[in-house]
Amino acid sequence: MVMNLGIVAVIWFGGKRVDVGRLTQGELTAFTNYMTQILLALVVLANLIVIFTKAFASANRISEVFSLLPEENGTVCEIKDEKKAIIEFSSVSFAYAGAGDYSLRNISFSVMGGQMLGIIGGTGCGKSTLANLIPCFYRATEGAVNVFGVNVNDIDNEQLRRRIGIVPQKATLFTGTIRENMRWRKSDATDDEIISALKTAQAWDFVSNSPDGLDTVISQGGKNLSGGQKQRISIARALVGSPDIVILDDSTSALDYKTDLAFRRALSEDLPDTTVVMISQRTTSLKNADKIIVMDEGEAVGIGTHEELVRNCDVYNEIYRSQMNEKGGSTDA
Amino acid sequence: MLKTLKRVFSYAAPYMRYFVMTLAFAALGVSLSLAVPVFIGEAVDCCIGKGNVDFHKLGIIIVLLASMVIASTLFQWLMILCTNKLSFLTIRDLRSDIFCKLERVPLRYIDGHTKGELTSRVINDIEIISDGLLQGFTQFFSGIITIIGTLIFMMVINFRIAIVVVILTPLSFIAASKITKASHDSYMKQSRLRGEMVGLAEEMAGNQKIVKAFVYDKRAEARFDEINAAYGKIGAKATFFSSMTNPTTRFVNGLIYAAVGLLGALGVVGKFPIIGAMTVGKLSSFLAYSNQYTKPFNEISGVFAELQNAVASAERVFAVLDENEVPDDSDKDVLESCDGTLSFSDVFFSYSPDTKLIENFSLDVKSGQRVAIVGPTGCGKSTIINLLLRFYDIDSGKIELSGKDINRITRDSLRSCFGMVLQETWVFTGTVAENIAYGAPDATREQIIEAAKSVYAHGFIKRLPNGYDTVISEDCGLSQGQKQLICIARIMLMDPPMLILDEATSSIDLRTELRIQRAFAKLMEGRTSFVIAHRLSTIKNSDIILVMKHGNIIEQGDHEQLLAKGGFYAELYNSQFAS
Repeated sequence: MVMNLGIVAVIWFGGKRVDVGRLTQGELTAFTNYMTQILLALVVLANLIVIFTKAFASANRISEVFSLLPEENGTVCEIKDEKKAIIEFSSVSFAYAGAGDYSLRNISFSVMGGQMLGIIGGTGCGKSTLANLIPCFYRATEGAVNVFGVNVNDIDNEQLRRRIGIVPQKATLFTGTIRENMRWRKSDATDDEIISALKTAQAWDFVSNSPDGLDTVISQGGKNLSGGQKQRISIARALVGSPDIVILDDSTSALDYKTDLAFRRALSEDLPDTTVVMISQRTTSLKNADKIIVMDEGEAVGIGTHEELVRNCDVYNEIYRSQMNEKGGSTDA
Repeated sequence: MLKTLKRVFSYAAPYMRYFVMTLAFAALGVSLSLAVPVFIGEAVDCCIGKGNVDFHKLGIIIVLLASMVIASTLFQWLMILCTNKLSFLTIRDLRSDIFCKLERVPLRYIDGHTKGELTSRVINDIEIISDGLLQGFTQFFSGIITIIGTLIFMMVINFRIAIVVVILTPLSFIAASKITKASHDSYMKQSRLRGEMVGLAEEMAGNQKIVKAFVYDKRAEARFDEINAAYGKIGAKATFFSSMTNPTTRFVNGLIYAAVGLLGALGVVGKFPIIGAMTVGKLSSFLAYSNQYTKPFNEISGVFAELQNAVASAERVFAVLDENEVPDDSDKDVLESCDGTLSFSDVFFSYSPDTKLIENFSLDVKSGQRVAIVGPTGCGKSTIINLLLRFYDIDSGKIELSGKDINRITRDSLRSCFGMVLQETWVFTGTVAENIAYGAPDATREQIIEAAKSVYAHGFIKRLPNGYDTVISEDCGLSQGQKQLICIARIMLMDPPMLILDEATSSIDLRTELRIQRAFAKLMEGRTSFVIAHRLSTIKNSDIILVMKHGNIIEQGDHEQLLAKGGFYAELYNSQFAS
């Protein structure tokens, strides 16, 4: 409208000019045409300003991401394979950034190569936090975490994590085939390595039974698999290429007792040299552990073998008794 | 396609007045704006040369012009207003229809489609119908009016030159469509790559911890770079083609414009009678028309693409609307009272005809008995629940509750006999008391507290900041176990004769788990219950154990019988002792 009214004005004033002889009719026609072009350009300009404002806001958001600090990294790349303490916590305390209270308080223990460490306790007691310190996802606030005899803060993150297989609590699989998912830890893993990991995780049965086998496509984060199947694949994924340490963060919750038991047996038989850190809510899963840490509100209230803990740890006893009674006499026999 | 269009417009029928108004305003607005060039031409003709300007006539024309411009803008604004109103109202009806429909289709249909797909039908497809069909239609209509209008005006001014324009315009069309085709392919590839890129970014950023744990970051970067590079390449190609469209059509249009100008000028000079008489003013309005005439063609071809899109969406929406509904059963009997007995006789059921599941299954449950359903992960324990509550109907056989065939009673009365506590708990935003009283809205505060106490939930509720008046919601404040206790209290208060319980309690801390077990035991006292059992103690104390494997019930009996039988159950049971 503004554009058209502009033209109207041009004709009126142009007419006056033509009358005085300062303008010819042709020039007037040209004038109205120019007018249209100028006004069109103005409309484009107005749009541009809107676009620029939006772009500016987006650019700010992007630069916020760029200004984040990258993960801290260590420099030690050589890790000697020594068989003494593979994981060692000395008076470790930890608080999340911004949190007032400590999530872990003064925890010390050590695990030898090839041993199995169990961690047990209620929800929110710091089990997962403790396990997160081993691959150096977080750095201890106080005290030192040594893995492979070196302080984890000094080890190159990539070198450290290549040696650790992690099975998170929530089994997340990625879009792609099962084979592709299994190659996450080791990008050049052979089918044999993959199958042996799947076998250990008790997943080979159903994978080999599905028509496409390893080429089965996992869609939408694994909607086409049951919870137990996803969990077993997620376990197998961490076992490919026999890592030095495997961390299982309550990763067998969706497995029935029989499968859970078969998996634990296979784990100790197939990967005898691997150090296992197993977080669990079930005492039965941890019974064979070389060492069990009982966590309660960020503190280690008991460390020892199953037998030792039954004898002298109240919290462990409470858990154990309750499960023994309710889970139906699995220890009666 | 026509049928679909008809159906969409049948939704618009109640709002016909907006439709008529839209068309009227479109016609008025467009024709007024089309008349503008004529008057500009007239005005130009008033300014012939020095001392030869008809100011009186020019003044009238100018005022007319100004008011026409304002009026046409006004009409166009009104037209947009009416279109929006029309599409908003139509879409609202359509959307509420499809939403209600989704509430009424059988679960079988919902289970067969992903959540995203159904949501996309309710939200996206309907949005596309609104944009494409209704808004597109107005655009289409005003485009047609513009074309016809300009043609008429051009014909009136000078018939012969108008014919030249009509003959030449397809040129710009052909040029544009050739280029559009090439750029369309590139755009398709581009949007597919964009989808891949977003998917990858989402997956990797959303699972950063796993990416780090598996030292996948470098590989993720490489994958992203690869897609990003391809995306950039195809994007440049697409932009190259599409940016060609405008200059090319403009070039062709320019040619037409020049031809018109030349012919017109010859006409003004008056030496070629074939062309017909022209004035400078008429020529300038003619030029303006020949410009406007080509524009709607491009718009209309755009509208057609959108229209096709919209029709496809509309078909998807109607497919849902045509889905069979759960048949209305309000004429069936209402189950007045339930004595807690239940029987299956010769029941056959499968989710799809080609995989057999439950075959020839019979079971008699007496009042107050406990039925445990056991089996390995993913063995289809929930099938039994689906059948009991008639989320799915059995293929043949009979299920009788309290002596009545469950197909003969209303679903509502059937379902109200059952209290259900599943692993996925459900609390809504509201106070704890409101949540507990969900199934029994008339319950007094004393009854609510009584129910909570009897299932060991009173203790933690008392410790909440406002006790029973604390506002809770699905994602705040309460642990999984606490929510489950509230759900159990809810059932306790409802006091149903039948129970369905799921014992699975993963990721619940042990003390709460213990409490939940005691609450379950309390709840089951004197009630007929079906328990998806995970604990051997529950299983051992059950009157009937159903052992399931691969969706089928393979064994049935009590603990001793099944052990003696030495089948799958015995194997399952013995595996527990081996540790």
